[in-house]
Amino acid sequence: MYWEKEIETMDRGGLEKVQMARLRETLARAKKSVHYGKLFAEMGLDAGAIRTVADVGKLPLTTKEDLRENWPYGFLACSRDDLIRMHSSSGTTGRATVIFHTESDVAAWTNLLARSMYMAGMRRSDVFQNMMTYGLFTGGLGFHYGAEKIGALVIPAGAGNSKRQIQLMRDFGTTAIHIIPSYALHLASVFTESGYDPRRDTKLRMAFIGAEPHSEKMRRKIEEFYGFKAFNSYGLSEMNGPGMAFECPEQHGLHIWEDNYIVEIIDPATQKILPEGEEGELVATTLMREGMPIIRYRTKDLTRIIPGPCPCARTHRRIERIKGRTDDMMIIKGVNIFPIQIEKRLMEIPGVGTNFVIILDRVDYGDQMTVKVEVQRGFFGGNLQQLETLRRRIVEEIKTDILITPKVDLVEPDSLPKSEGKAVRVIDNRKD
Amino acid sequence: MISYQLSIFAENKPGRLAAVTRVLAKEKINIRATTIATSDTFGVINLIVDDPRRAEAALTKAGMTVTLNQVLAVVIPDQPGGLDRLTQLLLAEGININNAYGFVLESHKKAVFVVSVDQIEKAEKLLDKHGFQTLDAEALSAVEPFHYMKY
Repeated sequence: MYWEKEIETMDRGGLEKVQMARLRETLARAKKSVHYGKLFAEMGLDAGAIRTVADVGKLPLTTKEDLRENWPYGFLACSRDDLIRMHSSSGTTGRATVIFHTESDVAAWTNLLARSMYMAGMRRSDVFQNMMTYGLFTGGLGFHYGAEKIGALVIPAGAGNSKRQIQLMRDFGTTAIHIIPSYALHLASVFTESGYDPRRDTKLRMAFIGAEPHSEKMRRKIEEFYGFKAFNSYGLSEMNGPGMAFECPEQHGLHIWEDNYIVEIIDPATQKILPEGEEGELVATTLMREGMPIIRYRTKDLTRIIPGPCPCARTHRRIERIKGRTDDMMIIKGVNIFPIQIEKRLMEIPGVGTNFVIILDRVDYGDQMTVKVEVQRGFFGGNLQQLETLRRRIVEEIKTDILITPKVDLVEPDSLPKSEGKAVRVIDNRKD
Repeated sequence: MISYQLSIFAENKPGRLAAVTRVLAKEKINIRATTIATSDTFGVINLIVDDPRRAEAALTKAGMTVTLNQVLAVVIPDQPGGLDRLTQLLLAEGININNAYGFVLESHKKAVFVVSVDQIEKAEKLLDKHGFQTLDAEALSAVEPFHYMKY
């Protein structure tokens, strides 16, 4: 039941010793990067002042802006020749951050995924269909490598093409899948339309779901339809991607692999470290990253650490499923999108007025983004074609930028509600 | 003669047309003809009214998105082939009709066909040359459509 029993069940004292030794190595490596080299020198940081894991709080926080300012190589702590892989956050142009991996980084990450999937119950006898986008997105290749490491038969199906996904499951006896939760629900309707019942017509027994926030209710709905257990996965590309935290068979919180990460929960406003159990922003430090170590990274994800031991006997603490974000990032169909990206595009289009609002809905179990855009007062020339052309252009421009096709509604000037101060740009109606 | 059509941009939802007619009723502006073109969630309300400039001002003041566009209000015989003669003429000269609608002026005698075209001055001259009568705003406000009188 354990991939690495010793490390997974190590007592806290032992685990902290491992963390401390790896933190020292991490700091020594980080110093070689342009960013941390400069920062540590400016702060006069003495590595000797970091004596305990709790001392990590004395180190500076790292933000996405830091990564962007140092794009692309400012965080590199090794020679570029040592790199073997690059990944990028699932945001898009201008907002993307890049993460580089050495051979040992990929190996460590792969091991965490193997550990996570093994914990959830996957074995070498399983047939694993990876229904995630391969490519820059970490969810595809990350899980692929982890499943191969366990020795399962991997079907690199990639995302989309629902009919073929079902065919692959039936033809090759898929037992485990990795899938975005909203897509799992969409696929459920394709199953029904095709006259298949996954409980009867497939051998599916487990799923890994992640890459977008979802409720417990949504998970139960997926489990109910497919007749399997669905395990929640958490990770972000800056911290490798999936495999950072994962559910065990208890399905009560996600064990965060503390031999690979030091985690803290901070108050996003004051940046003060919060006591265990309180909800705040997750901050993480890589302990096993050679090529691009990142110290105290602000994930902007809100969660809390669940106090107390887990019945599974693993000593690595658990975080609760992500409750939300400290910023306005939206996750649509697994893609990270900031309203500012859409705003920038819109404002470059002649005829677009000053205000817009993004509405997120769940339609037929899929995410639907609707953008209501005010038309500029002087733009209206009296004919419908002109408006329809504008509407189509907005759809195309947004699609080019965020790779998701929005539904665009043109509305009258000054008809959208204006709030005082910060405009409310996003209305998220996706409750489950 | 060139006439004016009022176009209002409106979302396709209950109450938008009512908001327009409320303003016009209050201003005692008479509507002679109307069409609505919709595209899913939004549309354009086109109106021929007796006082287009006053109507435009009143609707703009009420916060609506309004434009005044030039159209030709062509008098045609209300009989088979009446409209055909007009459209064939425009076609022969390569004039495109963007929008059109009509109303009867005198049953079986006269109708008014409102056309929005891509080359309005050329079209106006052409119609004039071929003996078509076009009405301006004033003439439009003066005409008493047959069905208004009867019903």
